[in-house]
Amino acid sequence: MDTRMLEPLAVPEVAPPERSLSPGRWVKENLFSTWFNGVLTVLLAALLGWALYKIGRFVFVDARWEIVEVNLTNILVFRFPRDELWRLWAGMFVLAAAFGVGAGVAARLKREEEGGGGPGTTSPLTTLRRLGPLIAVAGVFLWFAKSVEGTLLVLAIAAVWGVARFAGLQIPPRRARWAGGGVLLAIVLAYVIVTSFGGVGWSEGWGGLLLTVFLAAAGIAISFPLGVLLALGRRSSLPAVRIVCITYIELVRGVPLITLLFLGAFMLGFFLPPGSDTPSLETRALVALVLFTAAYVAEIVRGGLQAVPRDQTEAAQALGLSPLKTTRLIVLPQALRAVIPALVGQFISLFKDTSLVFIIGLTELLAVSELITKQPEFLAEGLIIETLVFAGFVYWGGSYWMSRESQRLERRLGVGER
Amino acid sequence: MTTLEAVSRRPPPWRNVRVLRIAFQVAFVFAVALFALYLFANLVRNLDRLGIETSFDYLSQPAGFAIPDSDFRSTEDLFAALLIGAKNTAAVSLLGIFLATILGVVVGVARLSSNWLVRRTAALYVESLRNVPVLLIILFWYLAVLLRLPPIGRAVEWEVLVVSNRGLVGPGLRQTEDLLVLAVVAAAGVVAAAAVWMWRTRRFDATGEPHHRVLWGGGVLVAFLLAGYLAGGTPLAVSLPERGELATTGGFRLSPEYAALLIGLILYTASHIAEIVRGSILAVPRGQTEAADAVGFSSFDRLRFIVLPQAFRVAIPPVGNQYLNLVKNSSLGVAIAFPEVTRITRITISQGGPAPQAIVVLMGVYLVFSLSIALVMNLVNRRLALKER
Repeated sequence: MDTRMLEPLAVPEVAPPERSLSPGRWVKENLFSTWFNGVLTVLLAALLGWALYKIGRFVFVDARWEIVEVNLTNILVFRFPRDELWRLWAGMFVLAAAFGVGAGVAARLKREEEGGGGPGTTSPLTTLRRLGPLIAVAGVFLWFAKSVEGTLLVLAIAAVWGVARFAGLQIPPRRARWAGGGVLLAIVLAYVIVTSFGGVGWSEGWGGLLLTVFLAAAGIAISFPLGVLLALGRRSSLPAVRIVCITYIELVRGVPLITLLFLGAFMLGFFLPPGSDTPSLETRALVALVLFTAAYVAEIVRGGLQAVPRDQTEAAQALGLSPLKTTRLIVLPQALRAVIPALVGQFISLFKDTSLVFIIGLTELLAVSELITKQPEFLAEGLIIETLVFAGFVYWGGSYWMSRESQRLERRLGVGER
Repeated sequence: MTTLEAVSRRPPPWRNVRVLRIAFQVAFVFAVALFALYLFANLVRNLDRLGIETSFDYLSQPAGFAIPDSDFRSTEDLFAALLIGAKNTAAVSLLGIFLATILGVVVGVARLSSNWLVRRTAALYVESLRNVPVLLIILFWYLAVLLRLPPIGRAVEWEVLVVSNRGLVGPGLRQTEDLLVLAVVAAAGVVAAAAVWMWRTRRFDATGEPHHRVLWGGGVLVAFLLAGYLAGGTPLAVSLPERGELATTGGFRLSPEYAALLIGLILYTASHIAEIVRGSILAVPRGQTEAADAVGFSSFDRLRFIVLPQAFRVAIPPVGNQYLNLVKNSSLGVAIAFPEVTRITRITISQGGPAPQAIVVLMGVYLVFSLSIALVMNLVNRRLALKER
């Protein structure tokens, strides 16, 4: 008797046919498929056309952008001493080089993971498209600056980034771990260049976009380790630790950021031993931002911890790893990898939320935009629309760029697909 | 030999996991308590040194400031001021949640429309609003739009609307008689409408004839309201705004601060809700839509009866988070002088009130708001969640 299994018939997989529509069909299908859609299209087109006309007219004809032009340096750095601006440029060169190398190494790692091997090249067009929002913001800044020097410097920074990325692509993956340390070192170096050896400490005159970016970056960097600790504490098997961590996280998540900023602004000095100096308002604001963000980072990391399968811990235990090593070598790396996109999202939130320090009296980007309309030459001119639109555009560029990057990361890491 | 056995059966305390766990927890709690005590001791000593009171008695002192758009007088105590602030927070939050949900669902559905223009417009709205600080949106509406409306002397009047930089005024209701009768009858009407609703539902379940619950329930409620209105001696009258020299009288007035905060919160939160709704709709299996098409549902009925009910189940937890965010973001009213609870606290502190207590009270108010919303959302979630058997 023949007991051979029946081989499943090999059915060739056929991709759905490419549909190429003539423009007429496309319009019919996408805009006028039903009478309701037709009406909607006409109404919306009229509305959009009108809005576009109004906005376009405002941006290109009516708006008096001279307030932004005159105050460009104020918007970027506010009271930062003009003689020391070279420090910021130098810092940006260092950062561009470091992040270029980092990007190169990451690209190479990704390619090796996908089995490509060897340094290749991504099309520069893709890179440009990915950086689109940032380039738009930088372009607008340069357009207003109308300075050859500034344009050259920005182009030089971009060139340094490109060269560094190329160099990074040559680094073999087994050396990749050095790149991470290098980037951290470069950040410290940039900070030292700006603040030390006669530089300006960040709480004595930073403002504008510089303060916004610094508060966001320092905030997320400091709150990250705190958040990881809180998340681990919340998942601890020790009830006392768990309860303390849950209380902290839920308390902070239940109140608005502004109440914590009030706490920092009006109350933080009271917690220090009597007689000690109260830290600067900038420091207190940063402390409040860190306390706030740590709770949110903790919840994000907790999500990642929960997504690590139990078998991983059990396997580690079976191999005889101590609980500390299990966490550090097995659980955390997998958990953190899964939550990178969400962490970028939290960074975007923080970037936008730094605008709240305006309320306690710091002059970051939004505050400067409001303040410059009160300069004697612009007072009573009513140019607040121009400055707020400009500030909004800068915020939008940064956030939109990062949110697209995080979506890309999400796809690449396959989060939510496992 | 005996010692070895004893050792293997009972490890010494410094290697016994149970002892270690308890010891570590005691040490941890001790350290946390010590740190908290240190902070608190510093706080009390500092306050003492500066002569700031350390009790909550300040709440019963006269406020010393007036609150716009309320009949609060500056001689009333701070506690009453805080209550009005909390009421204003609740007013802007509840209306904001309601309107942001509607706008968010519409935009979220529009993002998946088959109409290219609708889809792209919705995407444009979401991507531009989501990536801008909410404070900037609120400030923009306040400083760049509402405060730049014409002054009251040259207010724009359309029929019953008066628009000026002193606020947006439309027709409102004016109380002429005691409201007690109307209130009692209205309450009875709500009960009756609920009963009719349940009766129609039960009948529908039993016989399958169309229930028309909304029609029946609404009809009963309207009938009761009308009866109560007439029985109470027509206690409410329509009041139309009238423009005066310095302000409008009568009508329903939205102050520029309230309007700016409300619009800012709605626009910002709706862009987030839209993304959640879009994701939730995409999470409904395609088979469901296809099945609805096969049975012959119209595209609206498909959305109404098949897709949205299932999408809502997925959307409720994240949308609840957005509601919480909206309540918390309403604290930004402080930046445009809308007298909500944060603003009242800010004034209290700047008038020399004790900052620590004021901030603790403020946080307490928001915790109460957050907890109540979380509670409601949990109840809704439990009711809508799939009953797994």
